[in-house]
Amino acid sequence: MDRPPPVPRKTYPKWARRAPLLPALIFLIVVTQLPFVATLVISFMKWNSLDPTNRGFAGFDNYVNVFTDPDLRSSIVNTIVLTASVVLISLVLGLGLALLLDKKFRGRGFVRTMLIAPFLVVPVAAALIWKHVLYNPEYGLFNGILNWLGFDAQPDWISSMPMSAVVLSLVWQWTPFMMLILLAGLQSKPVEPVEAARIDGASPFQIFRYLTFPHLRQYLELGGLLGSIYIVQNFDAVFTITSGGLGTANLPYMIYQTFYQAHEYGEASAAGVIVVAGSIAIATFALRVVSSLFKEEAR
Amino acid sequence: MRQTWGGRIWGLLAWISGLVFFAPVAWMFLTSLHSETDAATNPPSLAAPLTMDGYAEFFDGGAWPPLLNSFSASIGSTIIVLLLAIPAAYALSIKPVEKWTDVLFFFLSTKMMPVVAALLPIYLIAQFAGMLDNISFLTLLYCSMNLPIAVWLMRSFLSEVPREILEAASIDGAGLITILRRVVAPIAMPGIAATALICFIFSWNELLFARVLTGVVAGTAPVYLTGFVTSQGLFLAKVCAAAVVVSLPVLIAGFAAQDKLVQGLSLGAVK
Repeated sequence: MDRPPPVPRKTYPKWARRAPLLPALIFLIVVTQLPFVATLVISFMKWNSLDPTNRGFAGFDNYVNVFTDPDLRSSIVNTIVLTASVVLISLVLGLGLALLLDKKFRGRGFVRTMLIAPFLVVPVAAALIWKHVLYNPEYGLFNGILNWLGFDAQPDWISSMPMSAVVLSLVWQWTPFMMLILLAGLQSKPVEPVEAARIDGASPFQIFRYLTFPHLRQYLELGGLLGSIYIVQNFDAVFTITSGGLGTANLPYMIYQTFYQAHEYGEASAAGVIVVAGSIAIATFALRVVSSLFKEEAR
Repeated sequence: MRQTWGGRIWGLLAWISGLVFFAPVAWMFLTSLHSETDAATNPPSLAAPLTMDGYAEFFDGGAWPPLLNSFSASIGSTIIVLLLAIPAAYALSIKPVEKWTDVLFFFLSTKMMPVVAALLPIYLIAQFAGMLDNISFLTLLYCSMNLPIAVWLMRSFLSEVPREILEAASIDGAGLITILRRVVAPIAMPGIAATALICFIFSWNELLFARVLTGVVAGTAPVYLTGFVTSQGLFLAKVCAAAVVVSLPVLIAGFAAQDKLVQGLSLGAVK
């Protein structure tokens, strides 16, 4: 795949080649893989830290509980709804913005900088700003603007549409991310075929449909997958904007609560294992996409 | 380039969307400079007099310890990550071990596992080792969080170092250390800087681990922010000031690494 390694003057023993890799590899295995094994073990245990004497083997009880507990079940649905809507909306908006920014116009660099800014606000800070400064029914900016425009309606955004409120704040943060990836895709697009198509009389839509879009596809996939990986794990927005209330609790929040507040270690771990299983499904697909981009780069 | 009408409309649309996305950030800055009473009016008061009271209150209210904790966890973990990642990336690009792509993808796959699943065992280990509310433990976790990103990024930067130069240096009798210091480092420096900035951003932003594993002593800035909003009285200007201060390092790091940001966020998959 890569260029062949240079012919070494003296042959290095294998361990000498591996040595620089080992500290990182060992560290990562110890810190990230072992805890998962522990999670798997605890998920089969009856363990509530408030009741330390009553600890033992639980078989599949925790899993049964997770799947029969309506709160946990709805948190699975919420995770899917939240992730899918944030990823899809920000991909579409990001694509629109990337197409706009791919054109030359005055102040393009400045507009790009403005567009990146939402992504660079610390997530908790962004969630706080959306909750208190934008959504607040009495003096938030949104209702302020409605008031300015002469509307009487002063909705309580978070309680009337809690999930959309969380989604909107995340879309605001993640659209710049999608835009950056798609813009990089657009700018790596070869120019000659587009020129040739234009000379042959192809319409802008045809150029987009048959040349730009196929080229962008892998970038759309990459953006969607990376976005999914990050947003499936989202905790900050749900924790801050709704505190998991009003039917917005997603799996990370639910696990956090089951373990941190309810001290149900066994159930929290079972839920954790389910999240891992779900992530492996996304990750396998994601790894394939990254690997295809990777091969292309090495070619 | 001659501006056509169509081109102008595209440009105008781009400007409008840029402003819409930037508006909440701008509003956050503006509100942070207003007094609490001016911040809480409806309709909003755009032209209210400016004051630094929000910032003063934020810093007087004990914001320094969490900010310093965040700095030490972010900078500490970034340094450790670079020390681990650069040699590893070297062994995956310049002098690759056999099956180096498998190793590389193993690093990536750990990044795709949701951290929340490892939260409980890590908490238990911290409890067992007496490391709860300890910033060093959090620093260590941030290392593991950023190490895969750093390895991928550094590999993609190191593979840009021309082989010919390395060979020439080695023929001239330069040892490994000399090659790293005199040949690899200067070429890879911008990449190292970008990697560092991106690792810094991720550590600085992290909430879940910090929230669970730290408390009064080692609480980081994001944890401090979540406990910052109280029910008492008006706090909008203070919240905005706090959000601005906490976001400032990320905004600076992000804009500084702007060119490499995509590469970093896509783990080097997009150039």
